[in-house]
Amino acid sequence: MNTTFNPQRTGMVAAAYTVVALAVGYAFPQWQFLLAVALSKGLVALGLVLLLRSGLASFGQGLYYCAGAYSVGMAMTYLEWNNLVVLLVGATLLAAVLGGILGFLLARYRDIFFAMLTLALSMILYGLLMRYPVLGGSDGFNVYAPVIFGEKLSRPALFAVTVILTGVTVWAIQRYLQSRAGRLGPAIKDNEVRVEYLGASARRNIHLNYILAAGLAGFGGGLSSFSIGHIDPDMAFWTTSGEFVFIAILGGTRNAYAPLLGAIVLELIRSLAYQYAPNTWQVVMGASMLALIVFLPGGLISLTQRALEKRRARQHAQEAGL
Amino acid sequence: MSLLPAALIDGVMYAAWLFLVAVGLTLIYGVMKILNMAHGSLYTIGAYTAITLVTQWLAGGSEPLFSYVLLIVAAVITGVVLGIIIEYGLLRHFYREEPVVLLLMTYAVFLILEDAVKLIWGVEPYVAYEPYGLLGNFTIGTLSYPNYSFVIVGAAILSGVALALFLKFTRYGKLLRAVIHDQEVSKAININVQRYFLYTFIVGAMLAALGGALTAPTISVAPGMGVDVIVLAFAVVVIGGLGSLPGAALGALIVGLVRSFAVHYWPEVELFSIYAVMAIVLAVRPKGLFAAAEPRKI
Repeated sequence: MNTTFNPQRTGMVAAAYTVVALAVGYAFPQWQFLLAVALSKGLVALGLVLLLRSGLASFGQGLYYCAGAYSVGMAMTYLEWNNLVVLLVGATLLAAVLGGILGFLLARYRDIFFAMLTLALSMILYGLLMRYPVLGGSDGFNVYAPVIFGEKLSRPALFAVTVILTGVTVWAIQRYLQSRAGRLGPAIKDNEVRVEYLGASARRNIHLNYILAAGLAGFGGGLSSFSIGHIDPDMAFWTTSGEFVFIAILGGTRNAYAPLLGAIVLELIRSLAYQYAPNTWQVVMGASMLALIVFLPGGLISLTQRALEKRRARQHAQEAGL
Repeated sequence: MSLLPAALIDGVMYAAWLFLVAVGLTLIYGVMKILNMAHGSLYTIGAYTAITLVTQWLAGGSEPLFSYVLLIVAAVITGVVLGIIIEYGLLRHFYREEPVVLLLMTYAVFLILEDAVKLIWGVEPYVAYEPYGLLGNFTIGTLSYPNYSFVIVGAAILSGVALALFLKFTRYGKLLRAVIHDQEVSKAININVQRYFLYTFIVGAMLAALGGALTAPTISVAPGMGVDVIVLAFAVVVIGGLGSLPGAALGALIVGLVRSFAVHYWPEVELFSIYAVMAIVLAVRPKGLFAAAEPRKI
């Protein structure tokens, strides 16, 4: 039995990740912000991974990222809601419902047509937000610290919430990837017609993945808006969506932990690049993307897999020797 | 006063510009089946090269009329240099990959070129209005238009017609159509498909750069100007059907008129009217208006 399909192991990896992230955050408080933002973006990229596994690249996840963040910002500004749970559930549900509606249309598209249509849809939201002052205009909204159990969430507490929620989500999605529906994704990428001959509906599976991806992006958008404290229409601009694609490619699509790794590495490189060479950030991003596609098509996560396989091969060799 | 004539004229002029910036994209897709996300960067670099050449030329106190030739020279230089680097140096080695991988590769090239522009030309905007101002204005009724707009309309029509005639009547055009139709068979009858890919990419890059070079005198050239152009060009070619020349023309006309009517009658929706039209067209005709039906392959 392949070890990647072991539920106990999945739980352990997710728990270990949560503990390590919390330990790093509290040992180096100056990294909390970077980590929280990276993890929120990692969740959006996680949704994209679901789609990439089926061979679909969305250049419009910014749509749901932005929708989630705006639902938080606008609920705070206009409705004066500030309960953390309500806001996050609202952001996720809103994005998922929106994804569900648009999914009816998008699930019929493949390849670049999928990419282009998702891009167009997110640019529609961008245009709407820019032009209507009720929706914040080009300035957007400020987002304040949310409230939970009647208490305002402090910065370190917000960080802890982000880490734990991310851990739980990643665990859930990893379980999903191991389920029958989750494993259908790569099959659709390999050969869609054969999948249908085997009795599964590719379109329905893609629709489901799209809804999940939208929900994750909304959730990530909501979480990141708390950490960043400000939202603006650029969240829906296509270059934001391009960044999520980059994170997903950087991490890899092998499992649900990969995009988090990708997001953390990206934020680290970004803060280094901003510090030492401000105008070369995109060169670094583009060049590393090319290098990844050429030399490491499985993303960073495939490095751990390689190490694992090497160890296993050594073990086999030892056993054979005994 | 009625807005209608103004909206129509603006729409057609905008459509000509759109066609010019989009035609290279559809050409490259038609032949190579690659959606080139670096198209907007080629546009930007074309504009920068043009503005640099024109500024140098005028600073020497030379004949200003010659600056129009320089705009074209800039496009040719940009297209040849970057076309060779991108196709010969990079894309050529990955044609076996899936379309999504190639899409991501051109996206990476876009990222690199965006910063390359900042590194070479800095972040300050450049202006050189001389070629634009030189031609004066043209009045229809109460409306006044810069004559330079007709240069862009002319360039759009000329490039479209020239491409169509080339494909239809010349020997190389016919061979290129064979490549578009079936690469395998073209190889079998000894057409050098690789070479056609290189030439196509160069010409496509040149057309993108030409769009930028001709736009340069009308705007202030600044980093990031290509970011919007990519999505506009995408909208145009996707509406018409990727890889179709008449499709790109029709797409440009639709987008141009929609935007101009939106600007004149309902300014709030200007920004997203174009994408809304694109989404509607794709929802009704998934592969665009002029796309041919394709068999499903197992």
